Amino acid sequence: MSEVVVPRPRVPTAGAPRAGAPSLAARQARLAWLLLSPSLTVVLLVAIFPLVQTVVLSLTTARLASPEPARFVGLSNYAALLGDYLFWQSIGVTLQFAVITVSGEFVLGLFIALLVNAQFRGRGLVRAAMLVPWAIPTVIAAQMWKWMYHDVYGVVNDLLVATLGVLPANVAWLADPTTALAVVALVDIWKTTPFVALLLLAGLQVIPEELYEAARVDGASALQQLVQITLPLLRPAILVALVFRTLDALRVFDVFYVMFGERPDTMTMAIYNQETIVAFADVGYGAAISMVIFLIIGICVVAYVTLLRVEAP
Amino acid sequence: MGRRIGRRAFLAGLGALSGAWAAGCRRRAAISRAPLPPGASPAPTPPPAVEPPPVPNAAQAQRYQGVQLTYYGDSVGIGAELDQQLGARFTQDTGIAVRVIPRPQSASEAYATYLRFFQARSAAIDVLLIDIIWPGAFAPHLLDLRPFCAGEIDQFYPALIANNTVADRLVALPWFADVGLLYYRVDLLERYGFAAPPATWEELEVQARRIVAGERAANPVFTGYVFQGNAYEGLTCNALEWLASVGGGRILERGRVTIANPAAAAILDQARGWVGLIAPRGVTTYQEDDARNVFQAGNAAFMRNWPYAYALAAGPASRVAGRFGVAPLPAAPGQPRVGTAGGQQLAVCQYSRAPEAAVELVRYLTSAPVQVYRALRGSFLPTRPAVAADPRVLAAEPFLGPLQAVERVTRPARDAGARYNQVSTAFFQGVNQVLNGADAVQLLPRVARRIERALA
Repeated sequence: MSEVVVPRPRVPTAGAPRAGAPSLAARQARLAWLLLSPSLTVVLLVAIFPLVQTVVLSLTTARLASPEPARFVGLSNYAALLGDYLFWQSIGVTLQFAVITVSGEFVLGLFIALLVNAQFRGRGLVRAAMLVPWAIPTVIAAQMWKWMYHDVYGVVNDLLVATLGVLPANVAWLADPTTALAVVALVDIWKTTPFVALLLLAGLQVIPEELYEAARVDGASALQQLVQITLPLLRPAILVALVFRTLDALRVFDVFYVMFGERPDTMTMAIYNQETIVAFADVGYGAAISMVIFLIIGICVVAYVTLLRVEAP
Repeated sequence: MGRRIGRRAFLAGLGALSGAWAAGCRRRAAISRAPLPPGASPAPTPPPAVEPPPVPNAAQAQRYQGVQLTYYGDSVGIGAELDQQLGARFTQDTGIAVRVIPRPQSASEAYATYLRFFQARSAAIDVLLIDIIWPGAFAPHLLDLRPFCAGEIDQFYPALIANNTVADRLVALPWFADVGLLYYRVDLLERYGFAAPPATWEELEVQARRIVAGERAANPVFTGYVFQGNAYEGLTCNALEWLASVGGGRILERGRVTIANPAAAAILDQARGWVGLIAPRGVTTYQEDDARNVFQAGNAAFMRNWPYAYALAAGPASRVAGRFGVAPLPAAPGQPRVGTAGGQQLAVCQYSRAPEAAVELVRYLTSAPVQVYRALRGSFLPTRPAVAADPRVLAAEPFLGPLQAVERVTRPARDAGARYNQVSTAFFQGVNQVLNGADAVQLLPRVARRIERALA
């Protein structure tokens, strides 16, 4: 019998590129850029363009609603900023506030998260109730606390002096410079501890229960479990909570503004910035202040991420 | 899933909660009304039913029927309520809809708000209430009212019209005048043997100290003198009165900064001594309504405030009705009794889409019948001499006569122009620091340098 040779049909091998056509990787990269372009455009418009405009404005003498045009003056706004005592004082106030509130919120938030992580009846209700301070708008809460701390008709003084007799006379909590920062820090801690607690609670729930069982079998005390199991495994959540809270604390405006207005000894960086741009209509100088605040916050974030770098196991 | 609460139990719980809340709300002490002691300023007696007057220029205004105007009006005291009623009356008579928006309470905030609107050339405001110190800064953005109101201009006080005229353009019509006054408790002065309200700052200290010492036993939060000590424009008004009443200058005079002088340092140090002694420690956080609340509840012997507080303190909700009087502020011997000139003007925004209708609203609000109405209901000082001589107004504002003796001192807005905010901020921040404990002798030269830099 003679063999019939059937010519094999030409099947194109998968992956073999045609001459001159882009590779799959390149095609996928182009598709990725195409799909990302809408969000990149939004980020460009909303974040990058105002940033560039602020940098440009900080090099001029622009003023709000002024008939004279802005002049280019180079770095003289920044030079004036270096000698501005009020600005440095506001940086000091903001940093003090940030240190007090972030550490206070972290400690309290961790304590509350550990508490609420345990099993007990009514846990769902407690978790919901604990978020109420965070849910109230800051301006309203600040005004409410301002009335509560009033030195003549405030509830706090009434409670401490008239009802409990802890203090001999009414204290002007907001007016006295020694208590003012503590008071506003307390208000901020009251308001944002639930937020930190929530972030840490989420981190706590990821830690497997078996680790604690093994530790208990090995005879570890509760404190040893906390320090050697909980805290190290909680590091990513701690980093997130600290970065969020530090950024918010460095940019604080509403609580201070409602309670103190433009008082010089309780002025934060953001209030000084707002006063310069809005009350004084000095946009050029205000833009320089904005850039310096941006740099300060950037440095803090980089420091955090470097110090708390989460290494892969 | 928890236990489901039955409907009856839920309604019972709700009823119990509502009852408890209502009982808590009803804890208002009865207002005691002592008979009027001799020397007390009589309470203003408004006619039984004072309605907003009809619109005199309704015929011209009806040409713009159907237009919607936005009016940024008063937000302190009774002014907001009167604005609403006047706006409603205007709509009723002319068919022009008026939306009344209370502007921010703090003067600095209102200034910033307006500046934002002007920068954006926004048509969102048609008629706006502007302070006596702002025509110079806002003039490019306000409509010239001279062509519209030529016949009425000479019916206002000439000094106020001159204040509102920038580069031959009348940018605002004066609406009400204001001056800083001393409110005092007549019954307490009588009880502690003082014949008259204090004429000097030392007398104020003596009287306040004796009254506070006597009243503290019954009322532990009683205080002597409340004023506006917060770091804002109101403190500039208070501090200017202190300076001008002792020969300490008026911040800016003929372009030169004059605050670094011994008399100014002395009176500011004296004011610092009041805080904690005859003024509450928290006075450095008080604005107008904070001080008024303390005085109106009967917790202060003296108050410095604007005339708007008179009608409120004499009204039915006040605990000091019929027991207080008004007088010029104290001054050093040989110096004039002064009060900072305040007051608001009404202006029309240059970028408004309905400028003629807006001008008609301004003409109605500044007309003589409306000024009488506002004097009767809110004790606002009129800006028309004819209204100030009206017997009904004199009966409603018994202090109008004696206050002719008060010299009105103005803030340096004309000299500072568009930089006035920076000048005022440097000044009130410095004074606030002094009230909080700083030494005026050392601080005033630094404040003066700050003001000079702001003007450069």
